[in-house]
Amino acid sequence: MGALGINKNTANLAVWLLLLTLPFWLPAIGGYIELGERVIVLGLAAMSLNFLLGYTGVLSFGHAAYFGLGAYGAGMTIRYLVPSTGLGILVGTLVGTIAGALIGPLIVRLRGVYFAMVTIAFGQVFYFIAFRWNSVTGGDDGLTGWTRMPLNFGFTTIDILHNPRAFYYLILVIFAIAVGVMAWLLRSPFGRTLLAIRENERRARFLGVPVDQHIWMSWVISCCFVSLAGALYALLNNFVDPRALYWTQSGDFVIMAVLGGMRSFWGPLIGAAIFVVLQDYLSSQTENWMSFVGLFFVLVVLFFPRGILGAIRRRVAS
Amino acid sequence: MSLLQVKNVSKYFGSLVAVNDISMTVEPGELRAIIGPNGAGKTTFFNLITGFFTPSAGRIFFDGQDVTDLLPARRVWCGMARTFQVTEVFPELTVRENLRIPVEVASGFRLRAWLSQADDEKIRSRVSELIEMGGLTVKADRQVGELSHGDQRATEIMMALALRPRLLLLDEPTAGMGDQETYDITQLIRRLHKDNKLTIVLIEHDMRVVFHLADRIMVLDQGKFLAEGTPEEIAANKAVQTAYLGQAA
Repeated sequence: MGALGINKNTANLAVWLLLLTLPFWLPAIGGYIELGERVIVLGLAAMSLNFLLGYTGVLSFGHAAYFGLGAYGAGMTIRYLVPSTGLGILVGTLVGTIAGALIGPLIVRLRGVYFAMVTIAFGQVFYFIAFRWNSVTGGDDGLTGWTRMPLNFGFTTIDILHNPRAFYYLILVIFAIAVGVMAWLLRSPFGRTLLAIRENERRARFLGVPVDQHIWMSWVISCCFVSLAGALYALLNNFVDPRALYWTQSGDFVIMAVLGGMRSFWGPLIGAAIFVVLQDYLSSQTENWMSFVGLFFVLVVLFFPRGILGAIRRRVAS
Repeated sequence: MSLLQVKNVSKYFGSLVAVNDISMTVEPGELRAIIGPNGAGKTTFFNLITGFFTPSAGRIFFDGQDVTDLLPARRVWCGMARTFQVTEVFPELTVRENLRIPVEVASGFRLRAWLSQADDEKIRSRVSELIEMGGLTVKADRQVGELSHGDQRATEIMMALALRPRLLLLDEPTAGMGDQETYDITQLIRRLHKDNKLTIVLIEHDMRVVFHLADRIMVLDQGKFLAEGTPEEIAANKAVQTAYLGQAA
C-alpha cells in the first residue's frame, strides 16, 4: 500500500512537471506548442468522459454534443455578445452543463447500449442544428470572424492571441482546476457512491444509494467539464465547426479514454496525447491516418485491455 | 407494534404465480426463518419486501408505514437492509472500502464532497468496528473479489449491518459454504440477534442452521403459505414433512 502511494505521488509529480515545462521541451523534440494545447484540451474532454465511464461505469457516446455546445457557446458569445475570453468560457461551459442537466433525466434510467444509443441521438440533434442554422452558426463552414481576446485584469493585460506560451499556461491553469475538482470529488463520499455504482449497481441500490440520481449528477459533472474543454477548444482554434458536435468526435473521446486506460485517472490524458500525436504525424503522411489510429486502438484493446497506463501500472505492481 | 407486516402479497410473472397471497408479521427482536423447497417463492417474497419487485397485489408495512410503493433505496433509509442469494459486493474494492460506502450512506453523507476530520475519524472507527465484528481484520485491505466465498459472504453481511438496519434480511447466508464457514456465519447471526437485539428474517436451506437460530419458521411451497410456528411445531407438522419428502422422492 505504501509503495503504491509513493508511486501515485511520483506519477502525479511527473505529469505536472511534464505539463509545466512542455513549452520548453516540446519544440526541442520536434513538436510545437499548439500540439501540447490540443493534448491538454482533448485530454480534459476525455478525462471528463472518463469521470462517467471509468468511475461511474456509464458509457456515453454523445459527449461531443456538450463539447460542441461549449465550443459554440464560447465562440458565439465572443462573436455576437461581448468580446471577452473569460465570459466566452463561462457561457460555453454553462450552456453545455445546462443542456446536460436537462437531457439527463430523460436518459439516466437507461443502461448499457441503450444509454449509449440515446446519447448519440441527442448529440446528433445538436449537430444538425449547428449544421442547418447557417445564419447564426455559419453552418458547415463553421463559426468564423472572431478570435480569442486578450485577458484584461484591469491592472494588466495578457495577450493570449499572439503569445502562445501565455495561452498555453492559461489552458494549463484551467485544466489543473478542472482536473483537481474531479480528483477531489472522486475521493469524497459522493465519489465513492459512484464507484459503488460502477462496481455493482444492484448492491449500491440496496445500500441506500438512489442510483439514478447519482448517475444524473455524475453525468452533469462530466458534461460540465467536457463543455469547458469545448470552450477551450474553440479558443484554441479561433473557430468552431459542426464536426465538434458530430458523433465521431464522441467516439474519439471514448477511444482516448480506453486507449490510455479508463481505470486510471491520468489514462485518458495519455490516450489523448497518443491520439493527437498520431493524428498529427500520420495525417501529414497519409489521408487514411484514421485507419492506423484504428489499428493501433484494436491492438491496444486486444493486448492491454486496461489501456496503456493500466498495463504499465500492472507491470509496476507485479 | 409489529416491525414488518406483509398483507396478502402476490406476484405474477405473466401466467406464473411466484407468490400467492402470503401474509407475514415479524415482531421487533424476532428471528424469523423462511424455508421451503426449491421454487417455493422464498426469494421472490424477499424481493417484494425489499422493493426489488413491486407486488401484483397486497401491501407491505414497515414500522407502521406503507412502503409498498417505495424504491429500494428509500426502504433502506427506513431501516431495511438485505443480502443476496448470490453474493453482491464491490469486487474491485477492498473490504474496508466496501464497508465505508454503506457507513457513509447511513451517516447521511452520500452527497458530501467533503468530510470534516471529525466525521472522517468517526467513519473510520465504525468501519474498523465492523471489520472486527465480521472477523475480517487480516483481510481488510484486500480486494473483496480475491477473498474466499465465506469471507465475501461475511463482508456482504457486514455491509448490510453498516447501514444500522432495524430489520436485516438474509437470503441464504450459508449457501455454498463449508462446515466451518457455516458455523462461523451462524454464530455471527446468533450474536447479532441475541446481543444486538436485531430483528432478522432469513431464508435458509440448511435445516441445522434454521432450527438452531429461528424463533419462528414460516414454510412456503409452490408460492403458497404452508405453515408457520416455532421450530418444534414445524418439525412435527405433517404437511411440511410431505412437502419436503415429496420433493425428495
